[in-house]
Amino acid sequence: MNSVQSTVPDNNAEGATPRIAIIGNPNVGKSTIFNRLTGASVKVGNYPGVTVERSVGRLDIGGTEALSLIDVPGTYSLSARSAEEQIAIQEALGLGDFPAPDLVLVVLDAGQLTRNLYLAVQLAELRAPMVVALNMVDEALEAPSPEAVSQLLGVPCVGTNARSGSGLDELRDALRAAVEHPPRPTTEVRYPAKLMAVIDRLVEALPEAWRGSVERDRGLALWTLLSVDKNDELENIPSTLRRASLNAYTELEPVLDVDEVVIETRYRYIEEQLLAGRSSSKTEIKRPFSERIDRIALHPLFGFALFVAVMLLLFQTLFAWSDPLIGAVENGIAALQGLASSTLPSGIFRDLITEGVIGGVGNVVVFLPQIVLLFFLLGLLEDCGYMSRIAYLMDRIMRSCGLHGRAFVPMFSGFACAVPAILATRTMERQRDRLLTMMVVPLMSCSARLPVYTLIIAALFPPASVYGISIQSWLMVGMYLFSTATALVAAAVLGRTAVKGRHVPLLMELPPYRTPDLWSTVHMVWQRSRSFLKEAGTVILACTILLWALLSFPKPAPIALDAASAKSNTEMSQPSALEQSYAGQLGKTLEPAIEPLGFDWKIGVGLIGAFAAREVFVSTMGLVYGIGDEDVESPLRERLRAESTADGKPRYTPLVGLSLMIFFALACQCMSTLAVVKRETRTWRWPAFMFAYMTALAWVCSFVVYQGGVWLGYG
Amino acid sequence: MMTLSAVAVGQSVVVRRVGGERSFRRRLMELGVLPGTQMRLMRIAPLGDPMELLVRGCSMSIRRSEADSIEVHSIDTSAGSP
Repeated sequence: MNSVQSTVPDNNAEGATPRIAIIGNPNVGKSTIFNRLTGASVKVGNYPGVTVERSVGRLDIGGTEALSLIDVPGTYSLSARSAEEQIAIQEALGLGDFPAPDLVLVVLDAGQLTRNLYLAVQLAELRAPMVVALNMVDEALEAPSPEAVSQLLGVPCVGTNARSGSGLDELRDALRAAVEHPPRPTTEVRYPAKLMAVIDRLVEALPEAWRGSVERDRGLALWTLLSVDKNDELENIPSTLRRASLNAYTELEPVLDVDEVVIETRYRYIEEQLLAGRSSSKTEIKRPFSERIDRIALHPLFGFALFVAVMLLLFQTLFAWSDPLIGAVENGIAALQGLASSTLPSGIFRDLITEGVIGGVGNVVVFLPQIVLLFFLLGLLEDCGYMSRIAYLMDRIMRSCGLHGRAFVPMFSGFACAVPAILATRTMERQRDRLLTMMVVPLMSCSARLPVYTLIIAALFPPASVYGISIQSWLMVGMYLFSTATALVAAAVLGRTAVKGRHVPLLMELPPYRTPDLWSTVHMVWQRSRSFLKEAGTVILACTILLWALLSFPKPAPIALDAASAKSNTEMSQPSALEQSYAGQLGKTLEPAIEPLGFDWKIGVGLIGAFAAREVFVSTMGLVYGIGDEDVESPLRERLRAESTADGKPRYTPLVGLSLMIFFALACQCMSTLAVVKRETRTWRWPAFMFAYMTALAWVCSFVVYQGGVWLGYG
Repeated sequence: MMTLSAVAVGQSVVVRRVGGERSFRRRLMELGVLPGTQMRLMRIAPLGDPMELLVRGCSMSIRRSEADSIEVHSIDTSAGSP
């Protein structure tokens, strides 16, 4: 586990200051404690090799120096089968790419104490220096005392209520004291002698760098025995240890059920020590309030009604409420561009500033309203406990396409915009689930495709109606259905091929409903927006400048040289600037490739321009035809309709329009999407794959539609 | 032998044996689903899957296909309705 990987995040914030790793089950208020303790000083990075976030904050505990607090992803247990699950033990013991923390802060939910203590006992067995926060003591019906927990583990325990902030001062004091004198747990869980004999032999196979005290070594050997499997996805386990562990498991298998015995022994230990032997396994409802809500929220009829309502709210937020904000951003950018072009002397530099730089910043900032609103809403949904219910309700449908139930919300958000939707895949724990969702989200018909569809439908399709509904409406509905169906089929196919992963059975907690913690949510939105601006933003800005250069250079030759052609055909003289540009040349080079789809080089240029954002297709086509009006739309429609072939037939038939719409529905015509996928996967491999597969899919489908149409005589 | 997938909604049962693929079985037991543990089938999702279980005061959901690998016996008949 000590290999150095290239993507180790910037650790300067941690430096030589004492480090505290904060660990706990999901939904125990761990992040709330983290946020309350660290304030706004958080740096977000990624764990090497996996798409899991790593947040590090500064903790001021009033002593002489600040501490680094590391928010470890929530986990039910230290045993692991995948690299993501392995993070907890790596952080707790410093086995990964990061040094061992000086202290582990274990956050326990007082209302789920037995299950929560299971994780604490595992850490105690490994002799990690620790302090315990017994959180949500107010919520638990029969709150056990922090003293009892402290006695069980042999380390300090503080009762807290992170949301109200109570107990946090005591927790800071405990942490300060513990950093100076790290408390070592004293837990002694007694396993059967047969098992211990094997464990003691397995200890010999541990790599030297992992070794510590006798107890820690035993704990690690036990962890290995429970985690290493014939088909696990763990990383950096030395092959000798792996072999020894598998052998030990096989040796024990006929004698005792290792997994069951170890887990049962730990549970029994907790129940004996803490509950004086009372079983924690009775099925009484501990949270009657949550159960009452679920009776409605998960009801076959009312449950779906509520679900639809929540999704409508999400849609309303992404479309209607973000619209004025997006408009404001666009107006602001336009004003800036106006200001720059009126103050700077005309020339290449002015164009670079206005269209490249300011336009590029605009292309980045324009995503913020949707990102902020979506994440705010997602944060609230996650925090109040409803997000897991969505996954529960949708699991059946999503699973049939190989997707996680939690993929529903990101997929749905894709109808608005793929960029926030891809960021929203972070609600999924498994890397593979996230990746698969990211790969198909851009197939959902986003709002930027609408202006393109509107233009094509209005320009090229007759205003007839079928069954009393206009062809144009049918087409629009058809495009949405088509995009959704393609996304789901693509998920099913990719899930079995490119993003193949082991089948992982669903095992999901439905956490109790709670009032969302606004402070934490706002904090999270701020973090997300900032990291989007910083990391995806730079790529988007660079791409905008590149596209601007493609569309603007080389500058058209002096009119004199072109005079003859300009005189003979005045219509052609205006588009010549764009025609001569690299983009124009590229469009012409592309023509043979897109001709079988029914497109000419002009559409090719439009496709290149649309890479900045799909709706830019409309304005780029306007430029191709030299339409400089404020309102591009209606003159462009006329021009498209009027465009004719050499033999006088219309160049752009409804069939070309359909082919073009199919192409737009499927092709990855969006640099911002690619930039965000790059940011989330930390590699260019996945955006490259996404671009390739979507473009290929678009080409093939448009080809089939166009050539099939021509063959059937619709050309 | 009754498995969890055959349990009626609202019924409480006792786990007899946890089966299934190793890592899933291990995680299930780590969440407290151990032989002897009581659990109650709270409800089944509107689309027929997954199911919601109450285990040690905590709600968790698993699919029917996995519930099939958990052997249970009823307690309601012997101990009376809770």
